[in-house]
Amino acid sequence: MRFSEAWLREWVNPPVDTRQLADQLSMAGLEVDAVEPAAPAFSGVRIGWVQSVAPHPDAEKLRICRVDLGEDALLQIICGAANVAEGMKVPVATVGAVLPGDFKIKKAKLRGVESFGMICSAKELGLAESSEGILPLPADAPEGEDIRAWMALDDHCIEVDLTPDRGDCLSVSGLAREVAVINRAPLATPAIQPVAPVHDQSLPVHLQAPTACPRYVCRIIRNIDPSATTPWWMQERLRRGGIRAISPVVDVTNYVLLELGQPMHGFDLAKLDGEIRVRMAAEGERIALLNGEEATLRADTLVIADAGRAVALAGIMGGSATAVGPETRDVLLESAFFAPLAISGKARSYGLHTDSSHRFERGVDPELQIRAIERATRILIAIVGGEPGPVVEAISEADRPEPRTLTLRPARVAQVLGLALPEETILDILVRLGMQTEPTAEGWLVTPPSARFDLIQEVDLIADIGRIYGYDRIPVSHASSASVTRSTPETDFDLDRARLALVDRGFHEVITYSFVSPEMQALVDPDQEVLRLSNPLSAELSTMRTSLWPGLIQTARYNQARQLERVRIFESGLRFRIGADGLTQTQGLAGLIVGSPEPEQWGLTSRAADFFDLKADVEALLALTGAPGRFSFVPGAHPALHPGQTARVECDGQSVGLLGMLHPSLAAQLDITGDAYLFELDIAPLSVGALPKHASISRFPSIRRDIAIIVDEAVTYAAIADCIRATETELLRDLVLFDLYTGKNIESGRKSLALGLILQASSQTLTDAVIEDTVRRIIARLASEFDARLRD
Amino acid sequence: MAEHTGLGLAALQAAALEAIAAAADLANLDQARVRYLGKSGELTALLKQLGTLPADERPAAGQEINQAKVAVQDAIDQRKVVLEEASLTARLAAERIDVSLPGRGRRPGGLHPVTRAMRRIERLFANAGFAVVEGPEVEDAYHNFEALNIPEHHPARAMHDTFYFDAELLLRTHTSPVQIRVMEEQAPPLKIIAPGRVYRCDSDLTHTPMFHQVEGLLVDEQVSFADLKGVLYDFLRNFFERDLELRFRPSYFPFTEPSAEVDIQCVICGGSGCRVCKQTGWLEVLGCGMVYPEVFRHVGIDPDRYLGYAFGMGVERLAMLRYGIDDIRLNFENDLRYLRQFS
Repeated sequence: MRFSEAWLREWVNPPVDTRQLADQLSMAGLEVDAVEPAAPAFSGVRIGWVQSVAPHPDAEKLRICRVDLGEDALLQIICGAANVAEGMKVPVATVGAVLPGDFKIKKAKLRGVESFGMICSAKELGLAESSEGILPLPADAPEGEDIRAWMALDDHCIEVDLTPDRGDCLSVSGLAREVAVINRAPLATPAIQPVAPVHDQSLPVHLQAPTACPRYVCRIIRNIDPSATTPWWMQERLRRGGIRAISPVVDVTNYVLLELGQPMHGFDLAKLDGEIRVRMAAEGERIALLNGEEATLRADTLVIADAGRAVALAGIMGGSATAVGPETRDVLLESAFFAPLAISGKARSYGLHTDSSHRFERGVDPELQIRAIERATRILIAIVGGEPGPVVEAISEADRPEPRTLTLRPARVAQVLGLALPEETILDILVRLGMQTEPTAEGWLVTPPSARFDLIQEVDLIADIGRIYGYDRIPVSHASSASVTRSTPETDFDLDRARLALVDRGFHEVITYSFVSPEMQALVDPDQEVLRLSNPLSAELSTMRTSLWPGLIQTARYNQARQLERVRIFESGLRFRIGADGLTQTQGLAGLIVGSPEPEQWGLTSRAADFFDLKADVEALLALTGAPGRFSFVPGAHPALHPGQTARVECDGQSVGLLGMLHPSLAAQLDITGDAYLFELDIAPLSVGALPKHASISRFPSIRRDIAIIVDEAVTYAAIADCIRATETELLRDLVLFDLYTGKNIESGRKSLALGLILQASSQTLTDAVIEDTVRRIIARLASEFDARLRD
Repeated sequence: MAEHTGLGLAALQAAALEAIAAAADLANLDQARVRYLGKSGELTALLKQLGTLPADERPAAGQEINQAKVAVQDAIDQRKVVLEEASLTARLAAERIDVSLPGRGRRPGGLHPVTRAMRRIERLFANAGFAVVEGPEVEDAYHNFEALNIPEHHPARAMHDTFYFDAELLLRTHTSPVQIRVMEEQAPPLKIIAPGRVYRCDSDLTHTPMFHQVEGLLVDEQVSFADLKGVLYDFLRNFFERDLELRFRPSYFPFTEPSAEVDIQCVICGGSGCRVCKQTGWLEVLGCGMVYPEVFRHVGIDPDRYLGYAFGMGVERLAMLRYGIDDIRLNFENDLRYLRQFS
């Protein structure tokens, strides 16, 4: 809602300046978004009266005007505008004037003829975005007077961003009431006297959907002057309210909309067929609208119809077939109350949003219709003449919004606000806000004004009391309340800790959109069914991710394209998958590395990261579960990964994640330079840990025996380690793989593993005999299981 | 014989001392020690020859030789100290390094600035006794809107720019539905915060289609707007580590009443007016209010017995103010040069 400050001050004029007024509104919950001057700064522009217009001897398009500025001598001004004419009143920038944009007016010579100023257009004065020709002023404009003063341009346009509950403030009168309440200032409500009808012509009105429209008021005005124009002051008020002037009938309805908050409509009576029916649309009924579009209606849409067809979308927009035009002589003015629920969402469903629908959706005062039509009638006939007929009111008493009566208890006010206000303070605020009050045993019965659709329950009244009293005057309490200690199990996987672990291991956390492009999704996780947005911002952001990898790969690509070749990133967040049980949203943690594992430096030989670099990171994360032994890495497969370098991470045989090298063909397709490695873990199954349990440390020395064995390449380390651990469960404290070798001296297809066996007993020092026997048993077992032989 | 021995001894001692003094390093010195005091050393040999002297001369001769031996040993010990010191000095000199060279190995990465701010928020509220809970991001219209008193076609719903999957399923537009989920499952008293991603169908210079919020909810028998002011004063002053002024502006949310928007004194200009606060001196940072009775009724909590407050804040907004970030979109470009600034 945008309005002229000067207009508001005609209603209520507290002793505060513009800035204070704006602050007051904001602090009363009517947030001021902008305060702008009604016109940009300019000076030295006065009203001129064109006395003569003569052609310029040397320029076809220029005219020599002699202009009366209320002084002894006429001023000679050269003007290029086509619409300048003898007898016109015009704005004249005299020599020395400064126009918007710091444009200084000087004495000039145009093609040999002197010019002592400039006749201005609306655009040149900053009063319009564009304009054709000079700005014509009304005939009664006093020549010589400063135009700023005469047009009251030293005004401000105030823009309030109203919350949807405050439909009652979508008008100058509504805002004025609030300003009056805040300042305890008198409110000068203009007296609205009924305009007596001068004939008895009317149209019958049928309320065929009385719940949606319980009150419809209209009146015929005959024989208006089609040549009349809207007075400049009204055009200015509309302009300062953000509404463009169109024609007197439309302008007057808009003026009343801004002033009182009642949306109105004018029909060309000649184009209406016999009667007004306020009814629901027939399914599929069509109407051509004022905006030039045609709408096909649904049966849930309220329309205004005549005997034959829909002529307006009720409360939203009129139809073009019955619109007021230059040829219109007789007008039907409409002033109706449409129930918010009947209008809500309808405009939007037809792709429309109008000043009218905006107000009806939020609630228009159901008691305003007759006042508004009388106000509009009086203003309209003052401009276009015409003969008003009787006001016709169709009303369905049973469907009118009933005045609400709410109980208000001072004790509850104190409880909710945390501030015990004296009863007289509460009562004072209620009365200033225009509420009817009636004392009861507990407090009062309160009847809010009919325009206040937002006051539904006691707490709404309490909020209003707090608002007017001032939120800033409510105390700040540090009372400790609701001390609730809820802990999470100690063995739960701590995602925050895991993030920090990755950070310490050189990863940067990224946050990518949860929606990805369908192409990327199909490349990275083609087998997973996806959830698609029905109204995405773009195709690029239309598919809910099923894996964190698309975002990580995209981020790696983004950075590599900016000369950042080495990337170590991770992300945590939800993945959205559709499976047998429907949609699941599960938390995941994923990472990507490409390039050197360490940043380039002098003390280390640079090398590209490989599978085992990332595996160490994943193992570090699994260590945080408190039960790393329950996790294993088994060969796996995934369409996005290298088939020979993919591990499934399992916990007790259950898959909890993947680790592997980005498939080289995918890497090429996705412009990833270098071998990239990815992991992704499901978070929920990582909460498997047990609490640490203390075991006593052996006091006896441990000994180490190293063995080197040769096995087929296909034999996995995990199988060997498991076999060794199974062979010696008691004495084996630790097992270290300290070398892995293939090549010279090892036959092709075989590999050599060097293992350190650390043995220790809990109750004695191991003897050589026991040690030798243990090692021999292990070697024998490896030989029988894997055809392992000792390396010479 | 005695004379012969004496003369020989003096010369030998002098030669030994000379050799010791001339020893350039510990190896040299040890050679000298072996030559004079070793098992077959020259002074040792003199001692062995004592037996050839007459018995009455032996004590005096023995004493002289022993004195010479002691003198030589002392000289060796002293020289050894000197040489050891020299050797250490030489080693230390040789081992001098350029301590300004960078350390070897891994460099830490960093958390995303939004996470960094989020952790700070979570910790401050955890200190105040709030438990952290999470909820789904793909939500149903009931939890995101209806249960929060935002019926279909309500103008407030149109203001949410919602991403839909179908008529019922959507991406949550705020973290407020977590309030509902918690109240459906747990009985009061409740004291929670719900951090997480939220989504709006909006993208321009100052909006990204995904961002983060933290929702707070407290439900108990005695809770007031004054308590709400208290918790937010504490939080915002601690978050920014400044005694900021706060401004509670009446506002409207369908799920709270009274409702307020909270402005802080501009942290960039201190309230005197700048580009960031649009010359107002104030920055809007969160919305809050007392839980609306309809919301309690939706989850089966008795609104006559319980009161509650709720608040919600945009994490990007707080992170940007705290770390001086001037473009929200940077947060989701994930340029490593940007992310490194928050390591």
